[in-house]
Amino acid sequence: MSAAAELPVWVAILTAALVLLGAALALVGSIGLLRLRGFYDRVHAPTLGATLGAGSIALASMIYFSALETRPVLHEALILIFVAVTTPVTLMILVRAALFRDRAENDDPLLRPGEGVARLDADARDPRETRG
Amino acid sequence: MTRLLPYPLLSAALLLLWLLANQTVRPGQILLGAAVALVGGWALTALQPPKARLRRPAAALRLGGRVLVDIIRSNIAVGRIVLGLNGRRERRSGFIDIPLELRDQKGLAALACIITSTPGTLWVNFDPARGTLMIHVLDLIDEEEWARTIKGRYETLLLEIFQ
Repeated sequence: MSAAAELPVWVAILTAALVLLGAALALVGSIGLLRLRGFYDRVHAPTLGATLGAGSIALASMIYFSALETRPVLHEALILIFVAVTTPVTLMILVRAALFRDRAENDDPLLRPGEGVARLDADARDPRETRG
Repeated sequence: MTRLLPYPLLSAALLLLWLLANQTVRPGQILLGAAVALVGGWALTALQPPKARLRRPAAALRLGGRVLVDIIRSNIAVGRIVLGLNGRRERRSGFIDIPLELRDQKGLAALACIITSTPGTLWVNFDPARGTLMIHVLDLIDEEEWARTIKGRYETLLLEIFQ
């Protein structure tokens, strides 16, 4: 911790702010996963932590270690690149699996009321969630 | 040249990745990274992907800037929805079909990354026969508006870069 104490104040403040922001975004995303209703709504929430949340924590790490080692430390950028490239694959597979299941159970979300546009209101409980 | 370096861009990216991961520009690591890059390029020939060219880097940079701004904006928007700060307006989510002109596989892959990286929109399906993209939107106010956003903000630039 002695090394960290020698850091300029602005670096410490900036790092702390970015880490806090990232953590807050991850928390809001998790709350969203809990609060939103229906699979298709819920799957949106965790992307908060995976995008801007991960971005600000990686940026904080870059700033902190660059200042600490007095040389540019940039390899956190790789984390962001790999996250950005791999999350679409996971999300697409999840969404298509959900769509496949809904259609197999004759509950096509595209055929729910609203001219082909699914309505997943906050209050309308999704019947699928009651099953363990 | 083509036998040794079948995918020069990929090999360059692999070398850069190696040096970034090892956090060094020492000659030994550059040599090792170059070996990785070469073997990586050869391995890719087995898959025979269509070659990528770095066309219009300015357009790619503009697109990157737009995506960054949109990621920040949509993070705030989705955060407000989750915390219930978006007023009393009833929120509606749903699927939209967007007709696309983009057919290039790499362009579509880039669009998929963009759409999933911005919270609030989700890539569901691309129908290559009809050329329509189906996305799920968390806060669907106006379908036309969303179609305009995807086509105007991203597709025009992606068409410039990839087609």
